[in-house]
Amino acid sequence: MIALNINGEDRTVDVPEDMPLLWVLRDVIGLTGTKFGCGIAQCGACTVQLDGRPVRSCVLPVASVGTRSITTIEAVGATPAGKKIQDAWLDLEVIQCGYCQSGQIMSASALLNRNPDPSDRDIDTAMSGNICRCGTYPRIRAAIKQAAKA
Amino acid sequence: MSKPSSSPSSKTGPSRRTFLQGGGLLLGFALFGASTKPVLAASTALPVDGDVTAAFSPDAYIRIGTDGAITLILPNIEMGQGTHTGEATLIAEELEVGLDQVKAVDAPPNDKLYATAALGGQATGGSTSMRATWEPLRKAGATARMMLVAAAAAEWSVPVTECVAKLGVVTHQPTGRQLAYGALADAAARQPVPSDVTLKDPKDFQLIGKSSRRLDTPGKVNGAVTYGIDIRVPDMKVATVAACPVFGGKLGDVDDKKARAIPGVRDIVKLDNAVAVIGDHFWAAKKGLEALDITWDEGANAKIGSANIMAALKAASERKKPIMARQEGDVEGRMKAAAKKIEATYELPFLAHAPMEPINCVVHVRADECEIWVGTQVPAIAQGVAAKVTGFPLEKVILHNQLIGGGFGRRLVAESVAQATAIAKQVSYPVKVIWTREEDIQHDLYRPAYYDRISAGLGADGLPTVWVDHVAGGSVLGNYIPSGWPEDKLDDDAVEGAAKPPYDLPVIQVDWVREDPPVPITWWRGVGPTHNVFVVESFMDELAHAAGKDPVEYRRALTKNQPRAAGVLELVAEKSGWSTPLAAGMGRGISLHDAFGSYMAAVLEISVSPAGEITLHRAVVAVDCGITINPNTVEAQIEGGLIFGLSAALYSGITFSDGRVDQSNFHDYRILRNNEAPKIEIYHVKSSESPGGIGETATVSAAPALANAIFSATGKRLRTLPFNRDELKGEGADKKSVSMVPPLAAPLAAALASIKPTDTELEKL
Repeated sequence: MIALNINGEDRTVDVPEDMPLLWVLRDVIGLTGTKFGCGIAQCGACTVQLDGRPVRSCVLPVASVGTRSITTIEAVGATPAGKKIQDAWLDLEVIQCGYCQSGQIMSASALLNRNPDPSDRDIDTAMSGNICRCGTYPRIRAAIKQAAKA
Repeated sequence: MSKPSSSPSSKTGPSRRTFLQGGGLLLGFALFGASTKPVLAASTALPVDGDVTAAFSPDAYIRIGTDGAITLILPNIEMGQGTHTGEATLIAEELEVGLDQVKAVDAPPNDKLYATAALGGQATGGSTSMRATWEPLRKAGATARMMLVAAAAAEWSVPVTECVAKLGVVTHQPTGRQLAYGALADAAARQPVPSDVTLKDPKDFQLIGKSSRRLDTPGKVNGAVTYGIDIRVPDMKVATVAACPVFGGKLGDVDDKKARAIPGVRDIVKLDNAVAVIGDHFWAAKKGLEALDITWDEGANAKIGSANIMAALKAASERKKPIMARQEGDVEGRMKAAAKKIEATYELPFLAHAPMEPINCVVHVRADECEIWVGTQVPAIAQGVAAKVTGFPLEKVILHNQLIGGGFGRRLVAESVAQATAIAKQVSYPVKVIWTREEDIQHDLYRPAYYDRISAGLGADGLPTVWVDHVAGGSVLGNYIPSGWPEDKLDDDAVEGAAKPPYDLPVIQVDWVREDPPVPITWWRGVGPTHNVFVVESFMDELAHAAGKDPVEYRRALTKNQPRAAGVLELVAEKSGWSTPLAAGMGRGISLHDAFGSYMAAVLEISVSPAGEITLHRAVVAVDCGITINPNTVEAQIEGGLIFGLSAALYSGITFSDGRVDQSNFHDYRILRNNEAPKIEIYHVKSSESPGGIGETATVSAAPALANAIFSATGKRLRTLPFNRDELKGEGADKKSVSMVPPLAAPLAAALASIKPTDTELEKL
């Protein structure tokens, strides 16, 4: 049994130690907001936060999470940065198909967690790991800047 | 391979419009590999399954309950393009309700009730949704409103002319009495359906033309919405699958001993051309699949490589007799008389769709029925293929369409639904089949490769006196026709964007040589125009430079009788500051086209480093898409469509070796990233024309604008996609390749140098 803290709740799961956190969240816990996109940490659709930092859950063995607290898209709105990002995302109508946006929002709110006033270069660094096939990049950039001012 | 065609043009052949028409053409692919022959699905006259029932159900789209709930059943699927919001806007405008008062749901599979007229069946694609529903959905809204108003007038015994509907309430103006739609639902249902429906004058629009909030996005910021891949039903297991890596190959032996020992692995299911492992969760299934020892019967395509395919295309282009798409004026005579003759050859690669949501499908095959949860652009076709696989009648196949995490044409086919159904048929419980990204990239149906030869004769003034475009490539439509594409028929998709460029070109010939590739193909965002406009607009730039003219000035001279094209050209020239000087290393390129009923001009500003790296700085787009239903959605589609096209031009190309796809995931099938995207500015030409399509328009603009900007920056004309950075390296630059994808030109040149196939051999390729 592996003990996890997910969105503030203590859970135990009976899964193989090498099982990526992504599949524990989606197929065992039932938190499907975190998405599968590539399985090799190339697209960022699976991004969640560990102690507020962004990680690609598709390659993160569940046993390596330890005592760090996991935040997923379902609960990021309860954090100040997450709420600002979600509001800006809706205000600027960032989203098209939305499939990558859980990961985009997790990366963007993690950026604001550690850097309340990111520059374009900071946004490049933080967001280039998240692919959006719909091409919402210009609006993501604008929404991060708007959220930073909120 | 198809034989050369000897017949001239036919204007009566099937077209994209007919691809879904009638029972005979309602089709989808069976499991490719096992068979690339499309499976026939009969048309249906079934009652609508899964429909919303309500007291007032005046038509297929509108349901109003006595509780006031307004549900709109929308014919086109939401996959990010904003169609649900757009179509709800059309109904709401005439129904006189606010968008915050309605709930939008997907139409169930029903080809009779929910056909997209332009496609002849229930399908979402080709930038047709808003064009197809512009009239019918407004009429549906107006009809329902008239019945509600008539019901209120009857209740009050007053003339209908004294009653006004607004925000879901009917008011009797002289007395101020009011009745909400919910209270009128029962009575409205008893009103006769009006035969004479007048639609609003555009000046009275309340919703159309406003940037209303999207209906689908609030649930997309917090993980609340459900895509197909998120479906969980009781007792469901999860499967992942490997199809034969060679197209057309079959499954040989499978040793599953090691896989069965993996905890959580439940079943191993063999199909004709694939094997699936089913587990308690995806991880068990994936580990199980990796543990299988599989022998494939690779079949006839095991030696196919990109070089063979491009060599065959080139040979077909040069030797086969083409099918004429357009021939006007004395082409031969004008070419002979030309002061200058310019010719060029362009090559385009196969492309994968790679939507962010990998292919998936949940199926439960029970004793006498089959239930499916899937996001599909073609629900009725998906239902049909599942009926075929299970042997059940259509009414025993219950399909729940889901939000789609990106389509781009990938979900216009239902071959993966057939595969998932074939897997689920072998077990008793519901199965969610999820493809890995590798399976998604390597078992797509690809945008075909093309080899186009184009030429023009210039007059003394430098303007073209004759224009000849020879297109060579596979027939996408042909894959949808069970009996095969007729040899002498033009596939108008192959020449869309080439046959009628928005220029004054009185002497013109455009033709097509069909050369089907040995791999499955289908539509890809921007369809024919994405391919053809790259060639036309790159070549137009070549002509301008050959004539010593400015590219905008040159196009201006050729659009004197093309007012809408000239309109976007002038606007983009002004807004981009076309005539202002550029810094060293910078380049500015333009493209102009009309497609899907919209006109667009785009200017791209880039720089090219001495190492050949391309940086996209700024894009300026001018659009005339007729009446704009939701300006913000139009702009979002232009931004995203442009980036989609730039991504392909810079990085995307599917290549084959030994019958297998060389690329496998986002590390080698690269997608443009946030740090690479340009700033984008969009300007609208005001128009009172009917709405044009917008979902694919900017994708079409991207590659030619970039090619022309590269030429402007470097003086080098790149005619092969994706653009090879090695060709842009300055003297003394690092010779290490910066391009992520090997260019097609290299294997083609190697093939031509080493193979030198005979005509007979080429026919067999």
